[in-house]
Amino acid sequence: MTFEIPNFGPAIPEMVLLGLISVVLIADLFVSDEKRIITFWLSMVSLAVVLVCTLYTAPGERIETFSGSYVSDMLATVLKVAATACLALVFVYSRDYLMKNNLRKGEFYLLSLFGLLGIFVMISANSLLTLYLGLETLSLSLYALVAFDRDSRICAEAAMKYFVLGAIASGAFLYGVSLVYGITGTINFVEMTAALQRVGSDDIALWFGLAFLIVGIAFKFGAVPFHMWLPDVYQGARTPVTLYLGSLSKIASFALAARILIDGLPLLHEQWHQMLAVLAILSLALGNVVAIAQTNIKRMLAYSTISHVGFILLGFFAGNNEGYQAALFYTLTYAFTAAGAFGVVALLSRAGFEAENLEDFAGLNARSPWFAAMMACFMLGMAGIPPWVGFWAKLHIIEAVLQASRTVGDAAPVFVGVAITMVLFSVVGAYYYLRVLKFMYFDDAKDNAPIEASVDMKLALSANGLAILALGIVPGGLLALCARVIG
Amino acid sequence: MTTKNLLSLLIWLPVVAGFAALLIGDGGDRTSARAKAMRWFSLLASLLIAAFSLPLLLQFDKSTAAMQFVERLPWITRFNAEYYLGVDGLSAPLILLTTFITPLVLISAWEVIKDRSAQYFAAFLILEGLMIGVFCALDAMLFYVFWEAMLVPMFLIIGVWGGQRRIYATIKFFLYTFLGSVFMLVSLIYLYTRTGSYDLLEFHKVPIDATAQTLIFLSFVAAFAVKVPMWPVHTWLPDAHVEAPTGGSVVLAAVMLKMGGYGFVRLALPITPDASGSLAWLLIALSLIAVVYIGLVALVQSDMKKLIAYSSIAHMGFVTLGFFLFWGILESTGDTNGVALGITGAMVQMISHGLISGAMFLCVGVMYDRVHSRNIGDYGGVVNTMPWFGAFMVLFAMSNAGLPGTSGFVGEFMVILASFKANFWIALLAATTLILGASYTLWMVKRVLFGEVANDKVAALQDLNAREFLMLTVLAVGVLLLGVWPQPLVEMMQPSVDALVDHIGRSKL
Repeated sequence: MTFEIPNFGPAIPEMVLLGLISVVLIADLFVSDEKRIITFWLSMVSLAVVLVCTLYTAPGERIETFSGSYVSDMLATVLKVAATACLALVFVYSRDYLMKNNLRKGEFYLLSLFGLLGIFVMISANSLLTLYLGLETLSLSLYALVAFDRDSRICAEAAMKYFVLGAIASGAFLYGVSLVYGITGTINFVEMTAALQRVGSDDIALWFGLAFLIVGIAFKFGAVPFHMWLPDVYQGARTPVTLYLGSLSKIASFALAARILIDGLPLLHEQWHQMLAVLAILSLALGNVVAIAQTNIKRMLAYSTISHVGFILLGFFAGNNEGYQAALFYTLTYAFTAAGAFGVVALLSRAGFEAENLEDFAGLNARSPWFAAMMACFMLGMAGIPPWVGFWAKLHIIEAVLQASRTVGDAAPVFVGVAITMVLFSVVGAYYYLRVLKFMYFDDAKDNAPIEASVDMKLALSANGLAILALGIVPGGLLALCARVIG
Repeated sequence: MTTKNLLSLLIWLPVVAGFAALLIGDGGDRTSARAKAMRWFSLLASLLIAAFSLPLLLQFDKSTAAMQFVERLPWITRFNAEYYLGVDGLSAPLILLTTFITPLVLISAWEVIKDRSAQYFAAFLILEGLMIGVFCALDAMLFYVFWEAMLVPMFLIIGVWGGQRRIYATIKFFLYTFLGSVFMLVSLIYLYTRTGSYDLLEFHKVPIDATAQTLIFLSFVAAFAVKVPMWPVHTWLPDAHVEAPTGGSVVLAAVMLKMGGYGFVRLALPITPDASGSLAWLLIALSLIAVVYIGLVALVQSDMKKLIAYSSIAHMGFVTLGFFLFWGILESTGDTNGVALGITGAMVQMISHGLISGAMFLCVGVMYDRVHSRNIGDYGGVVNTMPWFGAFMVLFAMSNAGLPGTSGFVGEFMVILASFKANFWIALLAATTLILGASYTLWMVKRVLFGEVANDKVAALQDLNAREFLMLTVLAVGVLLLGVWPQPLVEMMQPSVDALVDHIGRSKL
């Protein structure tokens, strides 16, 4: 038996990231709380290096390695770049908040970076087990991050809830993995497709396994009825952690769904697209309707996330390349829109004061017209009002579903019905986003404290807001990129 | 002057000027030098835009129905959506109306808007650009983007500078119109999956089967009927009008409502002619209800703005009536001349109503600025203290009632004439507007203007100042000019209307 040295090329970004995390970890040991900014800058430099590595090692075509359990392709590059950039934004938005609230712990940066490593592994996974490894690396980092403010009872409660439910979901996912492995005899996605062609997809045990995999995906996304943890965790966690959960986590969830559904089990589309339709419609309905009743903006955005997840899942539901591209486009734009929205929450928070109630946004236009305009960009972007980018994301999904309706024969009315359901719920959704505008523009300020933030945070937030608008006016480039990555 | 990128200029100049006005700011105070500079800047920008729109009148080729001043660039290749602009006889007059009304709106706000005046002026300039965009767009996606984006500045205008119940009114306005529009969006995407592009003129040509046509037509009706607005989806309008600041009401009535009518002629009729024909009875019925029932509702209003809002709905009923008479006339006479008459009448009515309703809201604004009441009961004998104002208001009221010699007469008369060709009973019901319109308008004028001076507030009224005199004069000239000499407008529209009539006469099944 010969020992082959595997091709490490496709995993270079991950290895570099791990190496840098170790450096940050050790360096952080020698840094006192007052100088914690050093950890921040080290983390930022690490992200920059990883970004360069990812771009530099970007493959022109699909490369598999580690006996086919690891893959590097254009999709992986795009998602990794997005996740890295997103984390950089999270760090910039969080730094002031952590300083002001006396949470100067290096663990925030470290756990976030470990989470990013998990996301990278998920993005590049080509087998169910690699995927699970990445998922757990991310999840364990997230559980710890949520509990990161250890003196806070609400954080501890949120973390506990997240951990218990997350563990159950992981168990379900693993159960699904074992069932699928039992039927197909492989955990590798490429071989799985071949095996399915051989054994056929008419196996109830296979569907059973699939259902458990879908549960795992739905939990990670926070799709109804596996959404219970989401509002509590979003609200309970400190704003920087919510920022992480709201943006990066979605990219990870997309990778999870894309690798399993597009790479691994495309032949079971007939089965999973029905499950996704139910999850998605329920998410749209519950997310949008319940968000209306919220007075806490983090909780409102949590329910809004649930509704956006409905849209993303409907991209998969369409089951054509347009649909996957649309889901990718939606995920990327949503991650950055959500990052911006939570960034504004972090911006308005001060020492000992969380700007987490909708009333805290009252009169923002009088306090700072510029940041009120940025928040308006994020809200209108999420609402899907043109010319903000969220509109194109929604349009793309609807287009994919209608495109699919032309090829499914008798089921066409179902697809058209789904499209109409989507637009109806986006009208419902528009209401609570407009309510944020109402507070910012129509109401008088209750709180006239000046908005203090570092220059880089203000710049990043402005760039983020303007990007949401600019991408809405000229979405062509990003759309073309998504079309090239999947297709 | 070059007219190569004229339409782009007309769209983007106001938007850029709006952002510039925001940058200039108002220094937190209406009376500051900065605010003054900002106001003059905005006004000059809007006048410049009005001047730039003149080639649409002067260099417009009245002999063709083809699109003119066309600009076409790739925009989103993924969806095959283009930056495709052009105007014809249906859209050019509406653009001119928009560029004509906006400076007046800015003038009307000159001393009146005290808070955040920079944002107010900016909102109207940006809104102007977006509205012109709607009228120019020949790509369905571009059209939809302008159509929706327009809601945002209006949402802020009503919500920030509106009256007591402004928040209720503005959210209702936004959600109502948004709800209507999203159905249209689904149809547009469906048409895209059929033709592979968002080119509106391609949409006009693509054959569609009966079921799909009916569904698409209904989705268009959902979008445009809300905007027009038609009974029974009109309820947002009285609220929005009453709560909006004067300028908001003027733009809403003068231009925004016209988008509904424009949508019918640009999208609904040519894309789904067969469904339009088979459902014309429904639209005619709704239009007649608007004319008669809403006319009666207007009669009992005690709030002037609400009265004019209802009068707007009734007058817009004439517009939709004119559009959908087509099939009735064709059936009863087989004469296509009369058909064109209905549509031309409706288009003229849109322009004329834009001027008259704008003027009426400005008149109410003039009184509101002095007395801070819109209640008819709080006035009486205003003409004694404001003779000039009284003269203007009587003129506009007469025009609203459709007096010959004013613009209000021309459109209504054409539509009634066309409806006689279709069906006597339709004509009879439509003609009640001559009585109802006169009743509610003139009765309001009688109660507000004439009689004894009602109270001390009225006794203390000052007549129009130069600024108000100027804006009302301009509108009065417009109303009279269009009333006695509508020929240039009709000539401008004629080839496009004829082409439209020819197009919808042919089945697309």
